[in-house]
Amino acid sequence: MENLIALLIAAPLLGAVVLLCGGRRLDKAGHWLGTLFAAVSFGIGVALFIDMLGRSADDRTMFQRLYTWIPVEGFQADMAFQLDQLSLTFVLLISGVGTLIHIYSIGYMEHDERRRRFFGYLNLFVAAMLLLVLADNYLLLYFGWEGVGLASYLLIGFWQHKPSAATAAKKAFLVNRVGDIGLSIAIMLMFTTFGTFAFGPVFGAVGQASEGKLTAIGLMLLLAACGKSAQVPLQSWLGDAMEGPTPVSALIHAATMVTAGVYLIVRSAAIFNGAPDAQLVVTVVGAVTLLFGAIVGCAKDDIKKALAGSTMSQIGYMILAAGLGPIGYVFAIMHLVTHGFFKAGLFLGAGSVMHGMNDEVDMRRYGGLRTYMPITFVTFGLGYLAIIGFPGLSGFFSKDKIIEAAFAKGGTEGWILGGVALLGAAITAFYMTRVMLLTFFGEKRWQPDAEGHAPHPHESPKSMTFPMIVLAFGSVFAGGFFSIGDRFVDWLEPVTGEAHGNPPISALTVTLSTMVVLVIGVAIAWGMYGRKPVPVVAPRGSLLTRAARRDLYQDDFNHVVLVRGGEHLTRSLVYVDHSLVDGVVNGTAASVGGLSGRLRKLQNGYARSYAVSMFGGTAILIAATLLMRAV
Amino acid sequence: MSTATAAQALLTLAANGPADKIPAPHIEYAQLAPTLIVVGAAVLGVLVEAFVPRRSRYYVQVFLAVAALASAFAAVVGLAAGGYGSTKAHIAAMGAIAVDGPALFLQGTILLASIVAVFTFAERRLDPKAHGNRVDSFAAQAASVPGSDSEKAAVKAGFTTTEVFPLALFAIAGMLIFPAANDLLTLFIALEVFSLPLYLLCAVARRQRLMSQEAAVKYFLLGAFSSAFLLFGIALIYGYAGSVSYAVIADVVDGTVAKLDPALASTMGNDALLLIGGALILMGLLFKVGAVPFHMWTPDVYQGAPTPVTGFMAAATKVAAFGALLRLLYVVLPGLRWDWRPVMWGVAIVTMLAGAVIAVTQTDVKRLLAYSSIAHAGFILAGVIATSAQGVQSVLFYLLAYSFVTIGAFAVVTLVRDAGGEATHLSKWAGLGRRSPLTAAVFAVFLLAFAGIPLTSGFAGKFAVFKAAADGGAGVLVVVGVLSSAIAAFFYIRVIVLMFFSEPKADGPTVAVPSPLTMTTIAVGVAVTLVLGLAPQYFLDLAGQASTFVR
Repeated sequence: MENLIALLIAAPLLGAVVLLCGGRRLDKAGHWLGTLFAAVSFGIGVALFIDMLGRSADDRTMFQRLYTWIPVEGFQADMAFQLDQLSLTFVLLISGVGTLIHIYSIGYMEHDERRRRFFGYLNLFVAAMLLLVLADNYLLLYFGWEGVGLASYLLIGFWQHKPSAATAAKKAFLVNRVGDIGLSIAIMLMFTTFGTFAFGPVFGAVGQASEGKLTAIGLMLLLAACGKSAQVPLQSWLGDAMEGPTPVSALIHAATMVTAGVYLIVRSAAIFNGAPDAQLVVTVVGAVTLLFGAIVGCAKDDIKKALAGSTMSQIGYMILAAGLGPIGYVFAIMHLVTHGFFKAGLFLGAGSVMHGMNDEVDMRRYGGLRTYMPITFVTFGLGYLAIIGFPGLSGFFSKDKIIEAAFAKGGTEGWILGGVALLGAAITAFYMTRVMLLTFFGEKRWQPDAEGHAPHPHESPKSMTFPMIVLAFGSVFAGGFFSIGDRFVDWLEPVTGEAHGNPPISALTVTLSTMVVLVIGVAIAWGMYGRKPVPVVAPRGSLLTRAARRDLYQDDFNHVVLVRGGEHLTRSLVYVDHSLVDGVVNGTAASVGGLSGRLRKLQNGYARSYAVSMFGGTAILIAATLLMRAV
Repeated sequence: MSTATAAQALLTLAANGPADKIPAPHIEYAQLAPTLIVVGAAVLGVLVEAFVPRRSRYYVQVFLAVAALASAFAAVVGLAAGGYGSTKAHIAAMGAIAVDGPALFLQGTILLASIVAVFTFAERRLDPKAHGNRVDSFAAQAASVPGSDSEKAAVKAGFTTTEVFPLALFAIAGMLIFPAANDLLTLFIALEVFSLPLYLLCAVARRQRLMSQEAAVKYFLLGAFSSAFLLFGIALIYGYAGSVSYAVIADVVDGTVAKLDPALASTMGNDALLLIGGALILMGLLFKVGAVPFHMWTPDVYQGAPTPVTGFMAAATKVAAFGALLRLLYVVLPGLRWDWRPVMWGVAIVTMLAGAVIAVTQTDVKRLLAYSSIAHAGFILAGVIATSAQGVQSVLFYLLAYSFVTIGAFAVVTLVRDAGGEATHLSKWAGLGRRSPLTAAVFAVFLLAFAGIPLTSGFAGKFAVFKAAADGGAGVLVVVGVLSSAIAAFFYIRVIVLMFFSEPKADGPTVAVPSPLTMTTIAVGVAVTLVLGLAPQYFLDLAGQASTFVR
């Protein structure tokens, strides 16, 4: 069975190659091919899953070694894969949701003449993401990490004719570079500390490394995770990334790629377990982002940006859980999977709404759509209930566990983290209710688009509604399926380890308080957007609203501190370069040039002077030889 | 092929009284096959000139030359495969010629380079037809005065100087013997055999004939001058050792053999003779490789000679001359290492620096390449000075790499033309990359190889010689070498910048579409440059296996 692992990656990779190199003759069939390759990968994933279920819990990890990728003495990197419960969970999520979104894109991108290329990029993404989660060493993981970054860049900027899309792609690329530096430094640190960067040997040798080293590696890994998963302080790119086509937002910027940071931290559990300081920083980053994203999500009128804020916030939950250590790893991944379902569903729903509304994204221009798009309404609604943690739905189980684990951290930290998580749950309920109300309820506030076409909202084609329905099932049932009988915990526990903290309050209390804040959040939203008519043009709003609309001034902060600071730095460097470095270089060049010009005059074209030169040269040669003997 | 030892034996016989019989010299024809094939083809070529009708001479000559060179190369490969490069290496032809690894490697290099060079000789598509006849780079009738009526008549009649092919073959034959010569007289004869045809070849350019003739006269005068020094050096060494044979001289230098000849008792063993004679012979060889201060002919001759000849000369002469230099220093004078090494250090340093520095202000692409070849001579000298097997290996590899880059680069120069023939002034190359991206890109590859940028053969070669020099204790030399490489990189890159980042001139040159012949030359040049750059190990190993001189 382990020989199938490489095929998981090979299928979508082949798809990408065929689609991107195949040329125009594949335009007609390209989207089917792309979907097929993704589906093949999913099929192999399912086969491996069934095989793995048939084994005993401690015999489930499989390895496949293809060849030595970088054969340098003392620096060995293998093209080798490791498939365990954790990677398989990701494989199923990536290829499963990936396949659904491929199907969705068939309808969504129908009128785009570059649809074949779009599917090629999607395949490329799936291949790179699978490589990321299947790699058995950090260097290969880094390869996949950069691969998804590339695919993300290409897909955010897919509509490159729009300057905003091109800029957003560049922004995502640049911000991610900062995080990638963290990953590369972490790998270098590992190599200097352990002499290797393969998972097994590194984790096995963690005990021999000093805590300081582990903390440094952990923090660098966290930096990488922050970049890829849009966590504070590297969060600024995710909102702009919504410029990409909606299926991309659903697959890459909600369900899979942005959760790579969580994977990285959970995968590196052994390192973080040995570095409590790094873990603390992880939880702080998670907690801050969880509030940050939620607050931003409250103020956005662009449906996709509101959802993007929500994504950031939900990943904050996962990072928080991952930072809690063994009491949180499993729940981080569980929330990641359920979030993959409902957030992908929500994005696809948003795409479906936009599809029916002439690509309008301003929720203030929606309203009352529930009767026009019943399927979208129902699936979106189920996703909504799941994300706010309505009892019995997916989000309820997974988020509740994280809040519980946060309290179980113990001490003041536990109270603070738990409190933040609870507050986040309230805000989640508020902003998601707001999205729901603005879009599907209330009066019709539809506006004609720029060319004066009034919108005629309609339900989307089957290729789009089918994936939404499937994902809605996941949103409803996944959480319960995982939690009842601790199935998910038993599944992942051999990889991540599991521990029970000592919650200062009982699980029931946590659940009840979650319910209370949920009701409060929904009620406030209802009071603000349900009972009163919603103005088409956004009101000025409070200070906090205005700040949240501007993403809590993240870009202004970056501009003032990084861009301006960078400009000053480069300006002074340029000055030094001009006056000092160039002075030396140009001086050298000028003197070489001057010398050259003078020596050149010796070459006067007269054979007689050449002969003199030869004669003189010979004399010197003889003299020097004799002199050497004399000395 | 009479040799000094044979001659000496005769003299001894004569002194002892009347001889009954003269022993026939023993010649290993099979082992000298590469040279003999080329000489034979050259003689045949002369007969072709005499007897074959003018119309078909060109084809017969080209075929003959290429076939001879190819079969000579096959013979070299055969000898190498037969172990003559390693286990069976020995001195053939009564002590006159060495058949060993370095000789075979260099002969192979010379032959391969010559084949592609002959392709450029045979190119007839670049110039527009004159009176309905295709013309090559050579004068219609070399003997007619430039601009005279007889020249015009010759052009009208469609004459071509097909004699260049036998001339080239004679030169190649001399070059094949030069690095294999195992006594000083053979060395001198080989030198003259390849020099004289080259002087002639330099004089027969079709365009700018006066410049071409001037170049040839300068080359001839200075070449004769240097030959005189060389010959004088040989005489002095004979006075010192009583023999011209490398092995005997080496033994006398080492002190293993004393007093050979009573007739020379007063001079033998006189170190002044040895040192002065050695310096003079070195000078003769350094003249051929174009080392400073014996380099001054190089720019003028490179510029004036027909470009195909320049490419051939720049590549093959350098290979042959460095081969002879290596053998002289490693076989004859290793005992004098402590005398010649410091001197050669100085020559190498001056050569590298002067070549690189003066090239900076050149405005003609052929002169630029000439100075570049001077700088490269300096780099190769750095490898020569290493006095180790590694040094020999690196020099052999460098010569292989360098000769193909050079021939390729000069072949590209023949393509860029305007109304006056080749447009060699650099200002005319501005913006070439916009108009003819492929040609400019190919030239850029060659320039990068000259500059020694990684992934080209130039890098591998430079790395090898510098490494050998550093291991041989010549760290200072390596530092100077790297500095000159930096200076040299400036003018190579400047040409690339000029080609790709300058606006093309309105009346700029056009790139002629060559026949498959020149295309092959250029393609082979690029291929060798890239292969030796990407996977140098096999060829380094080959050069390493061939790095032992037989004594």
